[in-house]
Amino acid sequence: MERVVVSMQDPDQGVKMRSQRLLITVIPHAVTGSDVVEWLIQKYCISEEEALHLGALLVRHGYLYALREPHSPGLQLDETLYRFQTPYFWTSTLWPAAELDYAIYLAKKNIRKQGALVDHEKEHYDQLHRKINHTWDLVVMQAREQLRAAKQRRKGDRLVIACQEQTYWLVNRPPPGVPSVLEQGPERGSCMARRVQMTKNTDFYKQEIECCTKALGRIRVKSSVCLEAYLKFSSQHGPHDPIMSGCLPSNPWITDDDTYWAMNAPNVAVPTKLRVERWGFSFRELLEDPVGRAHFMDFLRKEFSAENLSFWEACEELRHGGQAQIPALVDSVYQQFLAPGAVRWVNIDSQTMEQTLEGLRQPHRYVLDDAQLHIYMLMKKDSYPRFLKSDTYKGLLAEAMILPETKRRVFPFMWKPRHSSLSPALPPASASVEPAATAGGPGGADGEA
Amino acid sequence: SLQDGKVIVWDSFTTNKEHAVTMPCTWVMACAYAPSGCAIACGGLDNKCSVYPLTFDKNESMAAKKKSVAMHTNYLSACSFTNSDMQILTASGDGTCALWDVESGQLLQSFHGHGADVLCLDLAPSETGNTFVSGGCDKKSMVWDMRSGQCVQAFETHESDVNSVRYYPSGDAFASGSDDATCRLYDLRADREVAIYSKESIIFGASSVDFSLSGRLLFAGYNDYTINVWDVLKGARVSILFGHENRVSTLRVSPDGTAFCSGSWDHTLRV
Repeated sequence: MERVVVSMQDPDQGVKMRSQRLLITVIPHAVTGSDVVEWLIQKYCISEEEALHLGALLVRHGYLYALREPHSPGLQLDETLYRFQTPYFWTSTLWPAAELDYAIYLAKKNIRKQGALVDHEKEHYDQLHRKINHTWDLVVMQAREQLRAAKQRRKGDRLVIACQEQTYWLVNRPPPGVPSVLEQGPERGSCMARRVQMTKNTDFYKQEIECCTKALGRIRVKSSVCLEAYLKFSSQHGPHDPIMSGCLPSNPWITDDDTYWAMNAPNVAVPTKLRVERWGFSFRELLEDPVGRAHFMDFLRKEFSAENLSFWEACEELRHGGQAQIPALVDSVYQQFLAPGAVRWVNIDSQTMEQTLEGLRQPHRYVLDDAQLHIYMLMKKDSYPRFLKSDTYKGLLAEAMILPETKRRVFPFMWKPRHSSLSPALPPASASVEPAATAGGPGGADGEA
Repeated sequence: SLQDGKVIVWDSFTTNKEHAVTMPCTWVMACAYAPSGCAIACGGLDNKCSVYPLTFDKNESMAAKKKSVAMHTNYLSACSFTNSDMQILTASGDGTCALWDVESGQLLQSFHGHGADVLCLDLAPSETGNTFVSGGCDKKSMVWDMRSGQCVQAFETHESDVNSVRYYPSGDAFASGSDDATCRLYDLRADREVAIYSKESIIFGASSVDFSLSGRLLFAGYNDYTINVWDVLKGARVSILFGHENRVSTLRVSPDGTAFCSGSWDHTLRV
């Protein structure tokens, strides 16, 4: 922000500044809201809306202030004049806004115009009076002294300094209801102090060397090849992306019609055409879709190699299952798929089989990884391409659903915006009825908030 | 999850609150849904990750069935279930990530290597391997092997904290959003950064990123209350969305890609 503000004040390239008359005083280096917005639009090639937004943020963070009282939020596009805050008061100086300083400021305001303190300022004033009562004389004395010194300055300077101070305190002591822009959330890097103590000893450097050696030895693919892969992926999946290409019959979020979700339910009887097409993109897409996987399993049964998929599924269960179930699962997999003469014996090459059987002596979560990978590759290179060429798959494509597009409602602006509601899940509130709308605009969210 | 110590489960279409749990700490910074939809995990300044089974029985209190799964020595910044309800991956302000068994709370694997707080993580959509990427305050994004606990690849081109990481749908790349006001795309096979998404007028940090279903669009929420939509392949901004009245702290595209949701410090979630 400071970079922006500094370049805005550049005498040649910055915002057009003028001396303005405010009643009888002349204020130099003032700008209007529209000047600022225009400059932003030109410099950063952005829209007016965005420039206004950025301007409003600069005001909110105290880098720009209006010369008129009362100060309203945001950037006004009328003849309101603004000035740039002096770097002394910038938020980046990170000076803690001391209670004492605030007390002096409030005292000055109180003295200068009796009873001009706004409600929350009055509250703060009383609070501070109680808290630092012992030095209150100092506070009042300082306040009077500062006011006296100010009287010796020109009226224009006085006004500017008063505005600067006011802006500073608006940022550091925001009125109730205005969120503080200084709020940063939970502290980060609090463990830095500990980290700094982590000595850069030989172990640390040995690890670094190891990391770098590994990095040097890594096989890298040319960026151009990778970028082409993205092009291919995105164009292949483009028609399947509801945000890019829309979805049939319609996007439930726009038309409130949830047919789309019903037709694409995980275990629907007749899958949509797009869905069946996706199974042809990659083996992973096929397996991840429960309907696709079920059809693939049927196909494998006809080829008498269904045990491969069952084995793979059992391995997945082991890898992602609970720690306590591991020994039992490993044993059951062995009995079903790996033991000599097993009912559903899987055909793994002898080397992998030997290694796996060896590893089974001390079963752990990843003991079947090699065997699983072997079977996965077998299915991917062999059964999967055959599946795609099979009559089964072709039949599925032909029978798949293509939903007609439902016309959007004629008047989209009559779509009723949804607000979040109270819910019975919350502990019972008082008997009085509260208004239903809490958040403005369409509310609600996915389970992840 | 909110900063006043509550976790709420919403039905996003009807906007009803389905469940609510009160947490013992002020900031709840991470939450996740179990793949089965039967449980949630959350955590924050309490340094723990707790799993709550979801119940629609009004007489049962969710808090009673809570299970404390993960224990870190600093705040929990992110959590995610792996492919099942039984394992959970966490990232913490203590600079480590960890994999836990939900049932027993046992630590299965820990991941050391970040030089500062880890702020985010994402699991790879891979067919065979188990890897995940994490981003931290040390400006690095690191890719880990879940089985061995080793860092497989590391990327350090951001100029500030990495707030959010997300895999490209194919799993060959990931995007990261950072306090340096840029989002960057890193390719895993080329082992380098391949794109930067930035604009001179964007001067606030990106807090959260996610891809559209096809990976063509990158949605990023920023601390200047806006959401910028980037064309991943062209590197240019497609659109800017206004509406939030305070920082956008989180953003996620729905699994079926029909919409995305943003959460903000202005107490609202918008779809």
